[in-house]
Order: sequence, then C-alpha cells, then structure tokens
Amino acid sequence: MDNVIRSRTPVARFWRLLLHATLLLAALWYLLPLVVMLLTSVKPLEEIAAGSLLALPDNPTLDPWLKAWGSACTGMRCEGVSGYFWNSFAIVIPAVIIATLIGALNGYALTKWRFKGAELVFAMMLFGCFIPFQVILLPMAQTLGWLGLSSSRAGLIFVHVVFGIAFTTLFFRNFYVSIPDELVSAAKLDGAGFFRIFWRILLPVSKPIIVVSVIWQFTQIWNDFLFGVAFSGHDTQPVTVALNNLVNTSTGVKEYNVDMAAAMIAALPTLLVYVLAGKYFVRGLTAGSVKG
Amino acid sequence: MKSASPSSTASMSGRLQAWLPKLVLAPSVVISLCFVYGFMLWTFILSLTSSRMLPSYDFVGFTQYARLMNNERWWVAATNLGVFGGLFVGCCLVLGAGLAILLDQRIRREGVLRTLYLYPMALSFIVTGVVWKWLLNPGLGIQAMVRGWGFESFTFDWLVDPDMAVYTLVIAAVWQASGFVMALFLAGLRGIDDSILKAAQLDGASLPRVYWRVVMPCLRPVVFSAVMILSHIAIKSFDLVVALTGGGPGYSSDLPATFMYAHAFTRAQIGMGSASAVLMLCGVLAILVPYLYSELRSRRHG
Amino acid sequence: MRALTTLPLFRKSMLGLAMAGALGAAGQTQAGEVEVLHWWTSGGEAKAVGTLRDLLEAEGHEWKDFAVAGGAGDSAMTVLKSRAMSGNPPAAAQIKGPEIQEWGELGLLGNLDSVAEEGNWEELLPGVVSDMMRHDGHYVAVPVNVHRVNWLWANPEVLEDAGVEMPTTWDELFAAGEALREAGYVPLAHGGQPWQDATTFESVVLSLGGSDFYRQAFVELDEQALQSDTMIEALTTFKRLRELMDEGMPGRDWNLATSMVIEGEAAMQIMGDWAKGEFTTADMQAGEDYLCAAVPGTDEAFTFNTDSFAMFQLDDDEAREAQKTLARLILEPEFQQTFNQIKGSIPARPDLDMSEFDRCAKRSMQDFQAARDADTLVPSMAHRMAMRSDVQGAFFDIITNYFNSSDMTAEAAAQRLVKAAELAM
Repeated sequence: MDNVIRSRTPVARFWRLLLHATLLLAALWYLLPLVVMLLTSVKPLEEIAAGSLLALPDNPTLDPWLKAWGSACTGMRCEGVSGYFWNSFAIVIPAVIIATLIGALNGYALTKWRFKGAELVFAMMLFGCFIPFQVILLPMAQTLGWLGLSSSRAGLIFVHVVFGIAFTTLFFRNFYVSIPDELVSAAKLDGAGFFRIFWRILLPVSKPIIVVSVIWQFTQIWNDFLFGVAFSGHDTQPVTVALNNLVNTSTGVKEYNVDMAAAMIAALPTLLVYVLAGKYFVRGLTAGSVKG
Repeated sequence: MKSASPSSTASMSGRLQAWLPKLVLAPSVVISLCFVYGFMLWTFILSLTSSRMLPSYDFVGFTQYARLMNNERWWVAATNLGVFGGLFVGCCLVLGAGLAILLDQRIRREGVLRTLYLYPMALSFIVTGVVWKWLLNPGLGIQAMVRGWGFESFTFDWLVDPDMAVYTLVIAAVWQASGFVMALFLAGLRGIDDSILKAAQLDGASLPRVYWRVVMPCLRPVVFSAVMILSHIAIKSFDLVVALTGGGPGYSSDLPATFMYAHAFTRAQIGMGSASAVLMLCGVLAILVPYLYSELRSRRHG
Repeated sequence: MRALTTLPLFRKSMLGLAMAGALGAAGQTQAGEVEVLHWWTSGGEAKAVGTLRDLLEAEGHEWKDFAVAGGAGDSAMTVLKSRAMSGNPPAAAQIKGPEIQEWGELGLLGNLDSVAEEGNWEELLPGVVSDMMRHDGHYVAVPVNVHRVNWLWANPEVLEDAGVEMPTTWDELFAAGEALREAGYVPLAHGGQPWQDATTFESVVLSLGGSDFYRQAFVELDEQALQSDTMIEALTTFKRLRELMDEGMPGRDWNLATSMVIEGEAAMQIMGDWAKGEFTTADMQAGEDYLCAAVPGTDEAFTFNTDSFAMFQLDDDEAREAQKTLARLILEPEFQQTFNQIKGSIPARPDLDMSEFDRCAKRSMQDFQAARDADTLVPSMAHRMAMRSDVQGAFFDIITNYFNSSDMTAEAAAQRLVKAAELAM
C-alpha cells in the first residue's frame, strides 16, 4: 500500500494536511476521557469543585495517588487498593496461562487433526462467546458449591478459564488454519506424535497469536467485575471490586481525585499491556485471526 | 488373547494417536456442554417456574413469558438493544475502517496514533464510567465546556433526554471498541497483496474506487470477525449502562442484560429474569446463525 | 461431568441443596469467626461499623469483612444470592425490611431468640421494628438504626436571599420556588434515579393522603386507594415538582444533589436523614447552617427506613457463639450511639440518651416516639421497607417513567400501579 498520495502538488499537500488533521482530531477524541481522569487525579479537591474538567491543575499533587494506593477505605479496611491489585494478578496470571494453553491445543487439534464434526465442535464452542454472564451467575454459584470451590481463588480462576477457552480456541484455530498442512503431514510421516508436532512445529510459530490471546484474556479477566464480586471470598477480591467499593459509596464527601487515581491504578496494567504490546497485537491479528 | 506383537503395539499407539486430538478436545467440549449449554437449559427450566428470590421448581408453564410480553420495560429494553446494537456495530465498522485506511497512508507517527486509538479497549467502564458521566452531563461536561468557549446556545444534553439517552451509550461504546476494529482493519490492509492494487491503479481506477471495489472485498473476513466481536460486546453490554445512565432517565436506556439482571437479582423475579434471558439468547441465535452460516458457506465456495 | 451426573437433582428443591451445602461449608469455619456482608463502604460508615468490629474483637471473636458497594445494596444482594446458592452464606448480612421474611421463608436464617430474651428486645424495640426482625415468631435479625425519610433540607442563606420562609405546605413550596428561581437558585435539588424519584413521591403521598392512606396504598396495595383521587392528586403534585428542579438532574447521585444545597446553588432537597452526613462533613451545624423540617404536610407522620443484619444458620458452635455476640453488641448503647451519630439516623432503641446527638436527630427521635404513639409510623416504600421487592421494582418503574415522560397522565400511571400491585396477589 505504498502507492498512495505521495506527490508534492499543492492539492496533494492539502489532502495530506487534512488527513493529518483528521487523524489528530480522532486521537484527541480517544484521549479525552483519559486526560480528564489524569488531570482530576492530580488536582486537590477544591480545584475540582471550582474548575472545568480540562483545566490544568494549579497545585498538582500526588497525594490522591498515594491515598488510593495505600490508605483509602474500601469497606472497613483502609489500606487502599494495593492488596486487591495483587489479588487480581494472582487470579489473572494462572487463568490466562491455562486458557491460552487449552486454546492452543484445541485450535491445533481442530485444524491439524481434522475429524468428522470438527467444524461442528468449533461452532458449538464459539457460541459460548455469546452467553451473557449475568445468565450463568446463579448456576455457576451452585456448581462451584458442588465442586467445593465457592468463595475461593481457585473457583474464580476456574470460572475465568471456562469462559475464556471459547475465545482462545477461536484465536488459535483461525491462526493454525493459515499454517500449511504440509508441514504437519511431513512430520506425521516421520512418525512424530500429536504433542511432539505441536511442541516442535506449531508452538514455535505461534508467538503472534499467543500475544493476541494473552492480551485479550488479560484484559477481559483483569476488567471483570461480576465474577470477581460474586465468586471471590472476602480476602481474594480483585481490584475492580475494590474500585467499585471506593467509587460507588453512597455517603460522605466524594473524593473524586482519589477515585480517579484509584481508577488509573486499576487500569494501569491493562494500559501498559496495550501500550507495550500493541504493536505485536496488530501484528498477531494480521498473522491470523482476521483471516478466519 | 494373543500376546501383543510389535505390530499390534504400533497400531495401538497409532489408534491412540488418532484418538488423542479428540481426547485433548474432550475437556473443552464437556466444559462447554455443561457450562454453556447446560446452564442455558437450566435457565430455560427456571423460566418455566415461579422462582422468586432463589430458584424453586414449581412449574407454571409459559406464564413468565406472557408476563414479559406484557411488560413495557422489556419492550423498551429489546428495542434499545436493536437501536444500540445496530448503531454500535455500524459506527464501529465505518469509523474503524475509515481510520485504518487513513492510518495506512504512511503516517510517520503511526505507532503512537494506533496506540491512542486502541487503548480504550483496555479499560472497562468500571474505570471510565465516572468520567463519561461527567463528559456527557450537560452541567459539567462537553456542553458546559463549549458554552464556556463562548457558544452559549450549544446544547448537548442527550444523557438527560429520555429519547436520546440510548445514543449516549452508543457514543461511549464506539469510543471503546472502534479503535480495536481499526486494528483489525489495519491488520487486514497490511495483508493485502500490493500487486492487486498496482494493477487496479494501472487500469486507471481512482483511489476511492480502488478501495471500494478492490480492497473492501478482500477485507470481508475482517468484517466478519469484527461483526462477531462487536455483536458479542453489544449483547453483553452491562457495565456500560450501569456506569453511564443506570438505565435512565426512567428506564429509557435499559438493555436486556440490565433488565435481566435487575429482575433476577434485585427484584427477586428469577423466573421472569430467566425468561428474558432465554428470549435474549434466542435473539442472538436468530441473528448470528444465519450470518455465520452464510459467511462460512460463501467462504467454502469462494 | 459433575453437573450431568447430578442432573436429577435439578428437580429437587434448590433450597435443600443450599442447606446441605451450608452444613458442609460451615464445618470448615474456624472458631469464633463472623463473616459480615454489608454495603457500608464510605469513610464515615466504614468507621462506624469499625466500632462494631472492635467491640466484637474485644470479646475474642474475629470479624471478617465482606463489603460490596453499589446501587444501595444491589450488588451486595447479588453476592448474597450467589453465596447462598453455593451453600456458603456469610454469617451475617445486611438485609432489610420484608426481604428478611423472604430469606426466612427459605429456611436459611438462624434463631436469635435466646439473645433477644437476654437483651429484653421485646421491651426495647418499637413494635413495627421488632415485627420486621422476626420470622415465624422467632428473631432472625437485629436492627441497627432508624432513618427518617420524609425530611426537607434547606440552606437558610439561600432562603433568606430569595426572601422566603421554610415552606410548610405544597402551595408555599411552589410559591417559594418561583421566588427562588427569580433570585437565580435551583429551588429543589434532586437526583433523577428511580429510588430518589420514589423517595420524593412517597412523601407527597404521605402528605396528601395521611398515614392511613399511605398504608392502604403501599403496604396493603389496596386497589381502591391506588386509583383514588388522592393518588391522582399526589401524582400530579409529584410531577409538578419537576418545575422546581434543574435540567441536569437525571442520573445524579443524591449526595451531589445535597452538595448543591451545601454550595448554595440549590435551596432545598427532599431526602432521608443520611443527607446529614454530607452537611456534617462540610462543617455545617444542624439548625444553623442548614435546616431540617418534615416534608410539607407530614409533620405528624414518620416514614422509617431501618437497616438491619440478618443472621444465617451456622453449624459450627463457636461461630454461632460469635454470631450471637455480634447480635447482642449491635443493640448495646455503645455501638448504637457512635454508629447513629455518624450515620445521621437515630438508635433503633428509643430508650437511649440523646444528648450527644444534633438538633435534627433529637427532633427525629421525638417525632418517632410521637408517631409510634399516634400510629402514624409508616414504612418507606422507596427503601424496600413496605412491600415485596418485585412489586416495589414494578412501582419504581412506573413512578420514574411517569416522572420522566411527557405524555403519561396521572390517571394512566395510577392504573399501572393497580396492575403492578396484582403481582403480589
């Protein structure tokens, strides 16, 4: 796509300028909420009440951030969101790893060891993406009770894995479809087994799609509130629950700067993942998932 | 039985190899059977009962569905999903494709811009809900700001207008997801073979024509993926409504997901909540299955 | 595969399962622990509940805090239901009003009769309150406080500036509204959320119909009352109040509306006495910097909203002991006084010394006792005290839709209320 507007005529220059202006304007629109959050989180309370949303802080302060991290009250514990922050990691990391691994194996089995009904199995699992989570809240609670996993971290990880594999399978299946079958059949002729082929041939080339799957799962699970609040115990609640407790309190003066700082802290890991790995994300999408 | 000869062990392991893919898939299939289809069935069964606060099993036939049909709020929610879903998917596709095409014109700061467009997908509305509420609030946000710049007659009060509130949901949702669609399209554009474009341009086709006639058809799979992901987001939209409008003013911006939640959990009407969930799933099926079928079929033939 | 092999169990009452689970799970609970599910998460409230935890821990038991904020307890209720379904309910949960009965009917609540007898709750608690705490004649819950809902709050400086007095009738209120508008103020601060709309509406109904009518309409759900002329008049007056509000009100949180009064942007607000917390944190003194009065025409009556903790059935002896200690401590003077001063409410037991409380709270206590004696004490519809949650939800839908719609008539709204009331039949 390099044969586009490139000439140096005045008309072309005008279009070029318009193009940049449009892109910049769009960027501003996307940035607006984040900028408001950031500005608010470093303003003292009086300035928030007095000034406009986009006014720069006169006396910028980091106190709201410190308070949100270490001493804001989320319920009776006034220890900020830091503890919950690590809780979230303890839930997200195993859930992402397990779901990605299962998704990769599923995608591999569905595409490289085609059997009758494979498409049907895939379509059936795909539908799992569309079930609204509110619907499964109560049956899941009961099932977790039967399994002895209620109000535990393991239970929450289990739930996230169960509803994550539909997506990871989708990603890996679409990626592996685009990998030539010849590679696999040659290996099969050499007598390589199921796992060996996966390990030696598929996995080494899967990096782009692993990135996509990990980013997607990480974001979904990190941002989850519903499962986190319903299935976790009192000491394993994720950061979104703490944030909700902080932001949704019904009495007392609302400390918007602390709320915003807490929201930023809760958003930081996913933001970082997107900023740092965004390039690979688009690359991964190019490599496979959009072809399916 | 004969003792196992080398050849039969080989065939044993061969058979094992043949079964292995299915064995690997089995847990996922079982999980999806139990936790997706089993729970759907469970929900359907509940929708036939008079369950209130917790599930009970006094069957009352289709009474809950009849009540739902007579419930005005349900129809508001269902209509809203149509309006919201249609506009959301449409706007995201147009905006996403547009931005991707513009961004594909060898922009120097592409990496930065792309990240800026993409980042909202990383945030949940638990995080950004409060800010959106501010921005859309006539007294605090955009309206107040523009008026402050001297345009006194500027009005942007959709959030507080029962007829327009649902469109504010579209704005915030498009903000969140359009960058992701942009990334999908950008990825698609990068995957198109340059020679096709060169050939088209040599034929003397104008640039917009090249995009419309040559590039867009190549991006059909991208559109497919995007529609699937977007409709999944639209149907599940819950945090968005709760954070932004709370379903209000009145219940004018209610969606089926919030309707179902309100009835099943806060109003002790699990029966009716389940009935609404079943109808919601039927709606999803009715729209997705034909689309999935036609897309997959055309691809197999194409 | 578990779910499949146990399929026949689907037929069985979930209740039995939940109970069986409860027995199993409670066995794991360690000695003397109480897990408490509540939605008091804001600074002041959390501090107030903190005193209860300290008291409990002073007696050698352990408090496990499970706080879930949001939607006036909606999220907490979701968690509670999910916990009950998994057979692992908390020891104590913040449940109020008729919902206590619903949980009681499911057979999940424990018996507190022994604590009640020791503490002489029968004498201590006002009849309306103690009735709510009992299921099937046995105590299953403990009241924490009594909120009065039919309050009108005002900023005296704003009133003075516009040259108006605290209104005592609706006509006066509307007249004052005009003067306030001319002086550039918002006459009535309001947040357009269903429960706030209902809070205003129930006060109008109480004012125009009196406490007997209120009870007929909202407690007995009497068809005649719901479509009577009084109700239509109440609906019309309620809608007229819109004229006194500003355009930014939809979706606004109540405390933001209160801060409009504090900042002098708005003159008055109809809201329960938890609004006091906002005034207090803004360093304002009751009776001087802000005024409290009953909503016009409801001087004699008292709409109450009581928070309470219901105790779930536990199997473990020591946990049960801790649970009972908690129940006892909640009604003891120490906690009642500290908690209610912070929360803005009055103690659930009227025998306590009120000298530490502010002027509005003292007035609230007086009115509470007077209303109890005159039988004008009514449960708040807007705060889940008067009716089952499904009917209340339907009422909310109608009230808020009527209030926000430009084309629904009061008659049509009344007809819909009648239809919604049939839900309960």
